[in-house]
Amino acid sequence: MISQFFVLSQRGDNIVFRDYRGEVPKGSAEIFFRKVKFWKEDGEEGDAPPIFNVDGVNYFHVKVAGLLFVATTRVNLSPSLVLELLQRIARVIKDYLGILNEDSLRKNFVLVYELLDEVIDFGYVQTTSTEVLKSYVFNEPIVIDAARMPSLGPAAIFMQGNKRMPGTAVTKSVVANEPGGRKREEIFVDIIERLSVTFSSSGYILTSEIDGTIQMKSYLTGNPEIRLALNDDLSIGSSGRSLYDYSSSAGSGAVVLDDCNFHESVHLDSFDIDRTLTLVPPDGEFPVMNYRITQAFRPPFRINTLIEEAGSLRAEVIIKVRAEFSSDITANTVVIQMPLPSYTTRVSFELEPGSVGNTTDFKEASRRLEWGLKKANYSLFFSIVGGSEHTLRAKLTFSQESHGNITREAGPVSMTFTIPMYNASRLQVKYLQIAKKSKAYNPYRWVRYVTQANSYVARI
Amino acid sequence: MPRPSHPSRFPSSPSPSPSQPSGKGEVSDLKLQLRQLAGSRAPGTDDSKRDLFKKVISYMTVGIDVSSLFSEMVMCSATADIVLKKMCYLYVGNYAKVNPDLALLTINFLQKDCKDDDPMIRGLALRSLCSLRVANLVEYLVGPLGLGLKDANGYVRMVAVIGVLKLYHISASTCVDADFPTMLKHLMLNDPDSQVVANCLTALQEIWSAEATNSEEASKEREALLSKPVIYYLLNRLKEFNEWAQCTMLDMVAKYVPSDSNEIFDIMNLLEDRLQHANGAVVLGTVKVFLQLTLSMTDVHQQVYERIKAPLLTLTSSGSPEQSYAVLSHLHLLVMRAPILFASDYKHFYCQYNEPSYVKKLKLEMLTAVANASNTYEIVTELCEYAANVDIPIARESIRAVGKIALQQYDVNAIVDRLLQFLEMEKDYVTAEALVLVKDLLRKYPQWSHDCIAVVGNISSKNVQEPKAKAALIWMLGEYAQDMTDAPYVLESLVENWDEEHSSEVRLHLLTAVMKCFFRRAPEMQKTLGAALAAGLSDFHQDVHDRALFYYRLLKYDVATAERVVNPPKQAVSVFADTQSNEVKDRIFDEFNSLSVVYQKPSYMFIDKEHRGVFEFSEELGNLSIGVESADNIVAAQIVGATDNDLLLSTEEKEESTVSSSNGSAYSAPLYGGSSLASSLSQSELAVSSSITPANPSPTGLSLDDLLGLVSSPAPAPSSSPPSLKLNPKAAMDPATFQQKWRQLPISLSQEFFVNPQGLVALMTPQILLRHMQGQSIHCAASGGQAPNFKFFFFAQKAEEPSMYLVECVINSSSSKAQVKIKADDKSTAEAFLAMFQSALSTFGMP
Repeated sequence: MISQFFVLSQRGDNIVFRDYRGEVPKGSAEIFFRKVKFWKEDGEEGDAPPIFNVDGVNYFHVKVAGLLFVATTRVNLSPSLVLELLQRIARVIKDYLGILNEDSLRKNFVLVYELLDEVIDFGYVQTTSTEVLKSYVFNEPIVIDAARMPSLGPAAIFMQGNKRMPGTAVTKSVVANEPGGRKREEIFVDIIERLSVTFSSSGYILTSEIDGTIQMKSYLTGNPEIRLALNDDLSIGSSGRSLYDYSSSAGSGAVVLDDCNFHESVHLDSFDIDRTLTLVPPDGEFPVMNYRITQAFRPPFRINTLIEEAGSLRAEVIIKVRAEFSSDITANTVVIQMPLPSYTTRVSFELEPGSVGNTTDFKEASRRLEWGLKKANYSLFFSIVGGSEHTLRAKLTFSQESHGNITREAGPVSMTFTIPMYNASRLQVKYLQIAKKSKAYNPYRWVRYVTQANSYVARI
Repeated sequence: MPRPSHPSRFPSSPSPSPSQPSGKGEVSDLKLQLRQLAGSRAPGTDDSKRDLFKKVISYMTVGIDVSSLFSEMVMCSATADIVLKKMCYLYVGNYAKVNPDLALLTINFLQKDCKDDDPMIRGLALRSLCSLRVANLVEYLVGPLGLGLKDANGYVRMVAVIGVLKLYHISASTCVDADFPTMLKHLMLNDPDSQVVANCLTALQEIWSAEATNSEEASKEREALLSKPVIYYLLNRLKEFNEWAQCTMLDMVAKYVPSDSNEIFDIMNLLEDRLQHANGAVVLGTVKVFLQLTLSMTDVHQQVYERIKAPLLTLTSSGSPEQSYAVLSHLHLLVMRAPILFASDYKHFYCQYNEPSYVKKLKLEMLTAVANASNTYEIVTELCEYAANVDIPIARESIRAVGKIALQQYDVNAIVDRLLQFLEMEKDYVTAEALVLVKDLLRKYPQWSHDCIAVVGNISSKNVQEPKAKAALIWMLGEYAQDMTDAPYVLESLVENWDEEHSSEVRLHLLTAVMKCFFRRAPEMQKTLGAALAAGLSDFHQDVHDRALFYYRLLKYDVATAERVVNPPKQAVSVFADTQSNEVKDRIFDEFNSLSVVYQKPSYMFIDKEHRGVFEFSEELGNLSIGVESADNIVAAQIVGATDNDLLLSTEEKEESTVSSSNGSAYSAPLYGGSSLASSLSQSELAVSSSITPANPSPTGLSLDDLLGLVSSPAPAPSSSPPSLKLNPKAAMDPATFQQKWRQLPISLSQEFFVNPQGLVALMTPQILLRHMQGQSIHCAASGGQAPNFKFFFFAQKAEEPSMYLVECVINSSSSKAQVKIKADDKSTAEAFLAMFQSALSTFGMP
């Protein structure tokens, strides 16, 4: 069982603090924060791990929306259980508040206490289901203005003024009524894929993996049953096929998942026959299914990097990026980074003629080159249109001579991006069926795809 | 529902929390306002109260003491508004403990609320009532709790069950006297509400574990929780429970010992689909059950590894980085146990550039472990990429990983090339790490010296600053003085700068290297040797001084002898010592799905005694002291073993001793640390002699005690006939095995008898009993307790047979009684063993 639960702001202020067992001394929040802030182990500074022990007290924490969710205990608990619980508490709070951040939490701390009392009793978890909690919790959330708040999480990109999406959907509280007292009947299914790709210096794919989630958020009243049909040719398990077999050409054949897991509400009775998931979605946001794919796929971007010495104290870097997806798709928040040799003192950039709105920067402290790509001048976000190619030239000036092998001192090139309405795996939700209560009942259904870079790296 | 009118007055802005001094004024202000509202019945009062209550709680959160508002808060709580009630309960729960007198004020309205028509209010009031944590109010809890447990509403029962546990922690006797545990047991097996059942289970686990230390009955009850009917009942209902309760149950099932393999397969089939759960804790709980159940079935155990691989990999790549770290730690443990089963999955352990360093470190260790003939090339290529990483600690780890792989492989050609390339990278830290590795590599593969020395020779000693690397370079200069033309001159310049060398480790190595170089190239070295010895003799560091003096005298005695001592022909090192003993590793594995795995330490190393586990036998052993630690020199047979002896040295010392011994230098770490070991050695010899005349154990006992210089010495026991059973005097068993065996075996015999008064007097120092029993070939696994209750776990082994006897012996010094439980592999001889044990005990303390 856990002893205390608390939420700290980025600066270490207590926003919520609940002591369940009275076994851990009072100053635990300060001890925790100091330890995390100035983490040091074996004389090396670094990131504090999510679990550590100080004077017999075990501290667990997860970071959500810039806040630290922390639990303490003196007993030998399952680490997964506590971390999962912290994550789940954050999700429940988000379900209630619509938006989870420091501001919304401070405005609603009484509601949060009310939730915490029902979620944990004397250190033991009682329930984390938004559905169940609804009958015990009486405070109304004070909803903060979503428009000013850039929310976090992959689904957030749907807020970017895209007319096809209702902007406020993902930030809407599950329990609060909308102005006017009416609740819109709708359900969101997001297929979120995170890509990890490593290219060798010759452009060959060394490793690639897709980590996908089908996430659901239901605002349907009465919890009707839902059927979610996936690709017919979907298969699970890589039996008979060696892992990382890239010889099979991408773009043909079935979608093969290495493995997947499901939310407990999902019934798999007909999954083996027709690849259909049946579930009664509980209120709130939850992952219906997580999956992992190492089958070869076509990476959305190709990166070519060239680094050449030009004299004893100079070198030139050329980075070329090609978007290998169709032109009606646009990738957002595209940023390319590359560490440069530590003795780099100055960098001058040269973009292609005609390119608009790109940003280039040399971060001197971390010796890093940063390149943000914009599609056009009206977009707020860095973006690339499918099929296009972009090149950056950077001239480096060094303070000392390099020792021959400059490629060992620089790189690799890494890239972050988000591509809405694109999925690398070709996994699809073919249809989303809602058990009908009446003929007139026709709730809004949103099936949305988004692909993100998890670790997208090209070595040089 | 109306919203508070002034939300901005609460600390909602990102400005720092209200400071203490202004807080004081505001608290008295609040007091005034609350007082005004207390009696008011005007419309809108509840809204104003809500505002004030919120303010009070926000102060409470940031740590301002608002306990002075207690009576006003209680006065204001007479309301039908449930939100207000909840805030008031929260406040009261926080401050009742420090204001026990004021807490009495709340009892009245809480008791009234416990009888409310609304089950919600009944539950809330009961929860708050039990959360007051005030000892002198427990009498008010019993009645409402009894009613709560019988309430028609599941929510109230669920709260009441945890309430019982809270009561137990305030006053254990009140809880037990009211017979609540029995009621919980009944509910656990009959309640239709799954959360009530789950809460009963957790509450009973805590209560009975705590009670078990003083009550025989409670420990039986605790064992009964793991009995077949209870486990099967829970397993059959498993899917009704929420994921968290499922975790609790899986944890219990992992401790259950099935009677046959059919039962094992039934349980595994039933739990199979839990491996597809999205909650990592459920999956790891299931994995633990699978691993524990199949421990004795090698091939099935291996299949389990294959089965759990994919789900664990999926969990590490989905979810938040924190969750995936927890799962990765467990995967790390499994990979370390059976690297061969993960050899083809090595690509999953490649690091991603944006991962935090604690994840990368785990992955590097896993990559090192799974490297084998087929994947080494790719793994090493990947690791070399990390060596150029901007993250310097990880770059270092990567180079070390390459080195480790080189040391565990037979075909090292390619790797040696890579290491030598590192030396040419001209990054200080890369060179430093690579030098240390090349040194280790040469100790294992001297045949590579030629290639390595050529490269090492090009490194200027001025560019090497880190002591470990410098020491490695100097070692190589001494060792391969013949092959490195300028070795004498490099050493000479190092000796000249003796005073600037701050590391004693480097100076020690320098002395040895100068000696070695001298033996081969005397004319070039004579002067340097003299300078080095002189510098060493005047060194302020004791070890350096001593070594210099030793070398000096050795040389004076005879140069040839000195060479034999300092630079004898060496054998290549075959295996470098492992840092963690197998016993520790097994212990961590036993504690799968707990913090032990993340910390890579068994729980007794980081959890205080009173918090160790809630249910396990291990915790019982943990509360007592572990044999090896406490019974210092008594458990001779167990700690004399060479590997365990290594354990006593810290890693660093161990390295030092291996380095120096293979150096052939005269510097030798003491192998047997203290007198305790020496005496234990002689003891085990004595124990051997006892086996020669097992029929008459007394002479052994006598000489043993003489040796230890003890006052009491056991008399030959004329009353007891010589036992017919022969025991192995050197029986050994580690605590983990003992626990496991104790759990598995049924009780063969149980008896109670009197202990003679002399024995009770001698028991003032329980260690004497342990020595006494050891003299009779009965060894102690763990012991503990305080007067009047002492508890001992003993074990003994039949001579020339693997058959073991396990004993739990509880001696109560006030009633002069000893309660003995015996568990035996071979039940037919349990009786004979008991007689032997009894006779051994009866002679204890006899003059």
